[in-house]
Amino acid sequence: MSNPKRTVFRALQLTKSYTMGDVQVHALRGVDLDLDAGEFIVILGASGSGKSTLLNILGGLDTPSSGSVRFEDHELTGASESQLTQYRREHVGFVFQFYNLVAGLTALENVRLVTDIARDPMGASEALALVGLRERESFFPAQLSGGEQQRVAIARAISKRPDVLLCDEPTGALDVKTGSIVLEAIAKINRELGTLVVVITHNAAIAAMANRVIYLSDGQISKIQTNATVISASELVW
Amino acid sequence: MRAMSKLLVADLASHWKQGVAIVVLLMCGVATLIMSISTVRSLEASQDRYYSRYAFAHLWAPLVRAPEVLLDRLAQIPGVVRVSGRVEKHALLDFPDMLEPASARLISIDRDPQSEINGLVLRSGRLPIVCDQTEVVVSELFAQEHRLKLGDRIGANLEGKHEDLVVVGVGLSPDSIYLVQPGMILPNNRLYGIFWARKEKLSAAFQMQGAFNQVALRVSAEANVDNLKKQIDAILEPYGCTGVYDRQEQESHARLRDEMRELRTMAFLSPAIFLSVSAFLVHMVFSRLIAMQTEQIATLRAFGYSAVEIGLHYGRLVSVWITLGVALGIGCGLLLAVWLSEIYRMFFRFPEILMIWFGWEWILAVSLGVAVALLGAVSGIVRAMRLPPAVAMRSAGSQSAPAKSVTQLRLLGYLSPIGRMVMVRMLGNPWLTFFSILGMGLGMSLLILSSFMEKTIEYVLDHQFSRSQRQDLQLAFYEPRTQGGLHEVQQWPGVRRVEGYRSVPIRMRNGLRTDRLVLLGLEPAPELFRVLDQADRPIDFPLESGLTITGKLAEKLQLRVGDLVEIDWLEGQNRSIALQVERIYPNYTGPAAFLPKATLHELLREGDRISGLFLSIEPQDRQQIYRRIQETPAIAGVTDKHAALVNFRDLIAKSTGWMRLINGIFATLITIAVAYNSALITFSERARDLATMRVLGYRGSEVHRILLLELFWTMLMAIPVGVPLGYLFAYALVERLDTQSHRFPFVIDPRTIAYAITVMLAATLVCGWMVIRMTKRLQLISVLKVRE
Repeated sequence: MSNPKRTVFRALQLTKSYTMGDVQVHALRGVDLDLDAGEFIVILGASGSGKSTLLNILGGLDTPSSGSVRFEDHELTGASESQLTQYRREHVGFVFQFYNLVAGLTALENVRLVTDIARDPMGASEALALVGLRERESFFPAQLSGGEQQRVAIARAISKRPDVLLCDEPTGALDVKTGSIVLEAIAKINRELGTLVVVITHNAAIAAMANRVIYLSDGQISKIQTNATVISASELVW
Repeated sequence: MRAMSKLLVADLASHWKQGVAIVVLLMCGVATLIMSISTVRSLEASQDRYYSRYAFAHLWAPLVRAPEVLLDRLAQIPGVVRVSGRVEKHALLDFPDMLEPASARLISIDRDPQSEINGLVLRSGRLPIVCDQTEVVVSELFAQEHRLKLGDRIGANLEGKHEDLVVVGVGLSPDSIYLVQPGMILPNNRLYGIFWARKEKLSAAFQMQGAFNQVALRVSAEANVDNLKKQIDAILEPYGCTGVYDRQEQESHARLRDEMRELRTMAFLSPAIFLSVSAFLVHMVFSRLIAMQTEQIATLRAFGYSAVEIGLHYGRLVSVWITLGVALGIGCGLLLAVWLSEIYRMFFRFPEILMIWFGWEWILAVSLGVAVALLGAVSGIVRAMRLPPAVAMRSAGSQSAPAKSVTQLRLLGYLSPIGRMVMVRMLGNPWLTFFSILGMGLGMSLLILSSFMEKTIEYVLDHQFSRSQRQDLQLAFYEPRTQGGLHEVQQWPGVRRVEGYRSVPIRMRNGLRTDRLVLLGLEPAPELFRVLDQADRPIDFPLESGLTITGKLAEKLQLRVGDLVEIDWLEGQNRSIALQVERIYPNYTGPAAFLPKATLHELLREGDRISGLFLSIEPQDRQQIYRRIQETPAIAGVTDKHAALVNFRDLIAKSTGWMRLINGIFATLITIAVAYNSALITFSERARDLATMRVLGYRGSEVHRILLLELFWTMLMAIPVGVPLGYLFAYALVERLDTQSHRFPFVIDPRTIAYAITVMLAATLVCGWMVIRMTKRLQLISVLKVRE
């Protein structure tokens, strides 16, 4: 965090509502947010607080009902489907709760799935080395543990050298020990590549790793907490 | 069970696409079967009714002249139920606008011709009135060809005397459903028809008062027909009778019998294949569907539902689709049967159609089809229920690593990740891939089965009319003439080549087996009318070559080379000879027999006579030659090969064309349903990967490539499966179509294969497009949130 502040995301008065059956659901109710380059952000909130919706909008998977969201000089609000695809392709790395690896491809090939279409990717093996899985690159997902699969997913996400790494409950399906290895991998990417990392979780313990913690409740930001000191994943107490 | 009922509705709703595929498959299979069986049964029933209502004769005897008192003697023979003596004569007609000679068979009728043997069916107008002796009823097809109206006058030459005949009615009779002019090979309804006139009129015109020259008989069901024939022959022989013949030898009936047999073969074999294939495909769709329901089954079992209850649930799900498919199939099949029967009624000229809605064969066939389809569901359910709950909790999605044998393939190293995704999935699930390929291959084989006949018929026509019969015109004389007639025609301008032939109607006998046919005497090396062997080489007829018969005749009379066969002359001379079979040539034509022309003259104890001529002409001189023919009174008839060919194609199109078209449509629908189902399976198993890739930044078009590649590869591999299967089915059909009168060659035109591939490609593309639309609607986020 020694670099001068460069704002990557700027969201203004974001709202998102949709109807489910007869019910109108307000997932976001006026969110203002700036996220800077190199930050490690944790968004905390209970189920239904709107954190996934926020992440999806930031990642170009969803569009807000009103308000605006900019990624650097790209206006994401009102972008077309193909513009959003291009945006995801060039700038965003995703890590999902259930890894979403392609079962028929090896770890290396899963990473190559992204390096093949990225503009300036790192080598697929290099990406796997970053998460400590170089020697397992020829394994298929079914032959890897949950934590290893998630690290492959992280390698896949960062191999394109994304500007932002969006992680949706990355440890949700993992035990404590494995979870902290995965979080360590994410922190390492943040540290070494200077990638803006946004992790959404309902696990409050993870908040200690973040530069800033954004608390979401009922579709609104209830609190933003800046951590003076950041601890490593291995020091977390769950 | 109320919750299970709700689950049933929910399952029906969520799997409606697979449901549509299953319903369409079953519908097509059942509909072709019901359509075909009902049509053929209805036609057979209508034919029976026509025959019995209008007293179609059992026996016929042509003779020169016999007194009417003889009819009573015939009627007294035990076993004979009814006898009818008629006067039958030929007359040349005079149509001012026609160059070709048209002629008619004049048949005498009594006061109540509708209830006579071979009764007259009056289609319009009225019967001739006795006092007005120039009135006639004209056969329907002839009237249609000439657009004759009631009251029209037609000039006719009755034994050299010109008379105007007035058309007062249009009619049909059961003995002339198929009408071919004597001496001609193919029917031509423009040049030859039947005129019914009062007996008094014909007797007067042909000096036949108190006499008859044709007798028709109905016999009792238990009568010994062979015995009766002998007795009648004995009575009529002094009156120039050339032999009693039965229905099997009656030209119209024999042709109708063969047409019906062909129709029946097409009606039973093709739908049987269709239904088996569609039942098998339903089986495939079901078992796949159930395999993908493992998670739901596991959950239900965890809730405490018994295996029986779960089985019942899926049984009900499946029953809804099967019931719907079968009901739609029966409905469509019956509707199509009504429509087709009407087309065939017009084709066969039956006065009315008797619809047979119901047949035990279709109940049996439909039950079998349903059973095969159900088996697919049952095996799927049983497999799912046998899974230990813990295993069942994992979904059917291929979580396990692909087999080493697949991943170590060197081929994969050359592929992009997308290519590898496609290949690993296809090779990693070999059974699923195999069944998808087999399914599409079966669809393709049905396309071949439903379309190959068209080209086969074209092949036969080409064989018959281009390679074998190379004449343009065939002329037939009233009476055999000297070679002078040939030389005269040779001098006509525009005639390139003339060949004379001698034809004699005969009956060939080998023990109890008999056949009535025309023995053709040919020049030693005919150039125009050629007889071809199996390899399409022309056969020569040198003087020493003896009797040559076709394979069909040999089969029918069970003759081998060297056998002696009895020949009864049916023209003029009342005697028989025995001849040795010298050569047998198997080819596509029906029963036929040939002799060197000179040998025939010798046997007939006559000089160099000809019955007719084969002509090759300059096309631009056709009109002029026709004029010459018209000016030559000795010529009784002419067959224009090109007109006959057009006529024949039309006949084929009308007779089996519609059924083939409907089968073609069903085959296409089945292919689409199979391709659609393959696409659905691919999509449902891929949805998660595809959504992941979209999120990772893959464009829609790149993601679609995966689906299309897989579909395309499946289709490509289905070709080597579908083509041999198609050949097999087609071969089975051709073998079954091998009737007494003719045989079809087994030829499959490359265009048929090209057509099948094109339809399959189109079906694949359409289904690919439908799946692409599904990917566009794919909810990226919700797919990703689901645990695999």
